[in-house]
Amino acid sequence: MAERKFAWPARAENTLIGKDIPRLDGVAKASGQAKYTADINTAGTLFAKLLTSTLAAGKIKKIDVDAAKKMPGVKAVHLFKKVGDDVRWEGELIVAIAAERAEQADDALKQVQVEYEVQPFFVDEANIVRAAQADRTKGLGKNAKGDVEAALKTAAVVHRGYYGVATISHMCLEPHGSHCEWKGDDLDVHLSTQNVSGTAGQFAEPLGIDAANVTVTSDYEGGGFGSKFQADEWGVACAKMAKEAGKPVRLMLDRATELKVGGTRPSGYVDVTIAANADGEVVAWDSIHWGTAGFGGGGVDVNQLPYPFDFPNRSAAQIGISCNSGPNRAWRAPPHPQLCAMTQTAMDDLAAKLKMGSYEFFKKNLKHTLQNKADVYAAEMEIAAKAIDWKAKWHPHGEGGKGPVKRGLGMALHRWGGGAGPCTCTIKVHPDGSVESFLGSQDIGTGTRTVIAITLAETFGLPLAGVKVNLGSSKYPPSGASGGSITVGGVCGAHRRAGQTALWQIFDKVAEKYKIESADSLVAKGGDILKGKEKVCTWKQACSLLGQMPLEVKGEGPKKDGLTADQVGGVQMVDLSVDTETGLVRIHKFVCVQDCGLILDELTARSQVLGALIMGIAYSLSEERIMDNKTGRYINADLQNYKLPRIGDVGELVAIMYQPDSEYDRGVVGLGEPPVIAPGAAISNAVANATGVRVPVLPFTPKRVLDALKGVHA
Amino acid sequence: MNSFEYASPRTEDEAVGLLSAHGGNTAVLAGGTDLFNLLRADCITPRRVVDIKNIRSMQGVTATGRGLLVGALTTLDEILVHPLLAPYQSLAQAADGIRSIQVQSMGTLGGDLCHLPNCWYYRSGYGLLGQRNGESLPAEGRNEFHAVLGNRGPAKFVSASRFAPALIAWGAIARVAGPEPGQVSEMPLEYFYVSPKSAEQGVTVLQPGQILTHVLIPEPSQEVVSATYDVLQLEGLDWPLASAAVCLETSGGVVREARVVLGHVAPTPWVSLDASAALVGKEIDERAAQAAGDAAVARATPLSENEYKVQIARTAVKRAILRAAGQLEGALS
Repeated sequence: MAERKFAWPARAENTLIGKDIPRLDGVAKASGQAKYTADINTAGTLFAKLLTSTLAAGKIKKIDVDAAKKMPGVKAVHLFKKVGDDVRWEGELIVAIAAERAEQADDALKQVQVEYEVQPFFVDEANIVRAAQADRTKGLGKNAKGDVEAALKTAAVVHRGYYGVATISHMCLEPHGSHCEWKGDDLDVHLSTQNVSGTAGQFAEPLGIDAANVTVTSDYEGGGFGSKFQADEWGVACAKMAKEAGKPVRLMLDRATELKVGGTRPSGYVDVTIAANADGEVVAWDSIHWGTAGFGGGGVDVNQLPYPFDFPNRSAAQIGISCNSGPNRAWRAPPHPQLCAMTQTAMDDLAAKLKMGSYEFFKKNLKHTLQNKADVYAAEMEIAAKAIDWKAKWHPHGEGGKGPVKRGLGMALHRWGGGAGPCTCTIKVHPDGSVESFLGSQDIGTGTRTVIAITLAETFGLPLAGVKVNLGSSKYPPSGASGGSITVGGVCGAHRRAGQTALWQIFDKVAEKYKIESADSLVAKGGDILKGKEKVCTWKQACSLLGQMPLEVKGEGPKKDGLTADQVGGVQMVDLSVDTETGLVRIHKFVCVQDCGLILDELTARSQVLGALIMGIAYSLSEERIMDNKTGRYINADLQNYKLPRIGDVGELVAIMYQPDSEYDRGVVGLGEPPVIAPGAAISNAVANATGVRVPVLPFTPKRVLDALKGVHA
Repeated sequence: MNSFEYASPRTEDEAVGLLSAHGGNTAVLAGGTDLFNLLRADCITPRRVVDIKNIRSMQGVTATGRGLLVGALTTLDEILVHPLLAPYQSLAQAADGIRSIQVQSMGTLGGDLCHLPNCWYYRSGYGLLGQRNGESLPAEGRNEFHAVLGNRGPAKFVSASRFAPALIAWGAIARVAGPEPGQVSEMPLEYFYVSPKSAEQGVTVLQPGQILTHVLIPEPSQEVVSATYDVLQLEGLDWPLASAAVCLETSGGVVREARVVLGHVAPTPWVSLDASAALVGKEIDERAAQAAGDAAVARATPLSENEYKVQIARTAVKRAILRAAGQLEGALS
């Protein structure tokens, strides 16, 4: 018998893998049949609302909830803080109240009396001088190699610049929250989460119950982006109030609170000295950067700067600033978008100083990229350049046209890991030929259900409708949290292994029954079992050989068997215009060429890229947290003043998946995060190309653009 | 949101009577596109909400001997398509700039003209003037979207109306009913607005029991051209960083009369006589439009974070003039 190896099918034989397949849950979501956590409304459900701090810094002197408890409809009250506790940022949770109606909870919250001892606050995260004066800075280390000083002395061209990226919030369409219902000693939680298997224990421990008594369910999720790995204090509060009231409670963060406590992406501001030799090769990088991750004072990891380049002589130092602002959480590809915007803007300015085109300069320096991807980047650059017509449209920086509206091109590149994460799954092949799978993973909107179904259906030679994927429950076999773009490799690797294992067992039975010499000569295709081109039996006939009981096979991962890999990259190019009289920036065309190994569903892959580009355009042009220096408040924590692009703002988006056979042969690699990394640098470079002026800090609001054009660097 | 009484009158007189109650602590509900934001944020806490949608006399557009009588309940999408309003280009352009089909279909002209400021300090509970312990928060706080003209008084916010600049440029008259049933007064729309000295004063002249029922727009003459130019950061629903509306009467290619009104730059719609003076007697071209833009902002007094708005206001005026004259090319919108 030939060796049985886990492998993906030969590319040419695929009927589903790599095709454009719409999400299986698309219709349910678009039609409202899909039930999100906020839709769960079992009989008797109470509605919880939150009182949050309006103060940025202080100590609680008094909390009185007596009057609130007596308000109509109030069934449970939870205190997040007690007298003597510190309040460290505006929006910190103080009290939750669950009532029969949401309005009653709101009315009751107005009766809560909280008194604070006011303390000084600091929220000016971009200003390193003021932060130092306020004693809010802390050195977070240095990362260096080579001899920067010597390299700078002998370099042909040296450029010094200042660049930055403002803090943003996660802005999940569905805010954080849960619906908690006790059934005796058992707790059922519907949770908006990226971590179905990992959160049951997080509820159990503070509630003093066993994790075995907790079931976490998340059938659908309206975005997490790295901010939804935890049960969170408000989730536990929801469970406690449900216990106290003896009724189910639903607690979803309101929009303002979602922005203030649901997670932020740290800011990063950098002073850079970068130098090149006469050929345009970077020889030295010297930087110091600062920013905030909230009260804790972290920021953008110094060990990954410059990004994704490893120049021969480099030094990067980091200072963290403690601000009275909400804490950071992982935000899609942390912290690569900031690293990219802090590095490749400086590189682009150095190119301009060398009088080199951006394309030629980046190409020249590909040899310094990490992970030996220079050849792939070069190929992707060529494809992107063709798609955006770089050669015809390129001009030196500042030659973007004679009128007030200037046009420009910019590019940037990125990398990400995306290796497979942990997953266990169980698949059942029933004697009637139907197939189902169980795993405690989650579909966070990325198409996880769909790619699992594609994997199984391709493996068994069935139509998509022939397999059923069950995920989203902590009672299913544990699977890792969806963060780091590790889900697709994790779940599809495990399912392919389980699928092939099941198929081999069925082939053995078919071979025995139909007197086939070698079971390994059989293939499953089109609902039949074939030997060569000859039909042996139908899939259903084959499965009937299982007897009365379904065949159950467990799949695991990750494993180093070639089904999955890691390391992806991509190149992005943008063509835009800048109105120098209004500061408006408008995208004409945005091209992303992205590699990610074997693509299971090209439609959902492109969809990931397009979504990432829109998010990238958001943080590049309009989206930011604005902290008020007078009150310490997050002053734009609403959907009017926290400006997100609409479809008319994003221009023509082009997602090109780089997929020669060499990529297919690598196996599956995660794609969710990486395309969101490069837009900041690409857009910044295009604006510099159009106007000849570097707008230092993203997002490029009209204020920042006009200030920069006027020579005012904020 | 506080509990409140709800009333749904059928006539202007009934509305006036209902609005006069509770010492005037009442609110008007028309399209409701902003009222609920204000209620939910507790920016206003009316004892009674008076839903005026069923008052027929306040709906629609009627031609009269004095011009067009436009009911305060006229929706924004009606303004976009109403044949009687077709000659008033600047109005349709203002409606088009709103870009949200939901607001266009529900929002009313009266609601827009009476729109309370979008100032984030006001919306965060610091009162109409954005004050804490008597100190103006926008004066030295986050004022990037605040006023650059008319901001020396306690009001630093910008007038939120999208249609007032265009209507004022057309010389529109505001018709106000109340405070007594049957009582009606008229005034140039320009004088409908106030820059409040106290939080209680509001942004219009309306007193408790009064309601804006109509605007009367004079008949357009053949020689008048008009335009609105909004500078919007986003293509979707967004508030202009600055806007300008112009009505220009020309003869023999020369401007005989010009009305230039800016929006979103001052606590009230801002009539720029300086810009008008710069235009009269000139042929409209890029240079004349630029000079008018310069004149419009020559007396600007930007706050700590909003000097950029001066440039944007200048551009809005220039481009509104060029648009009215059919000479605007290549601008990003």
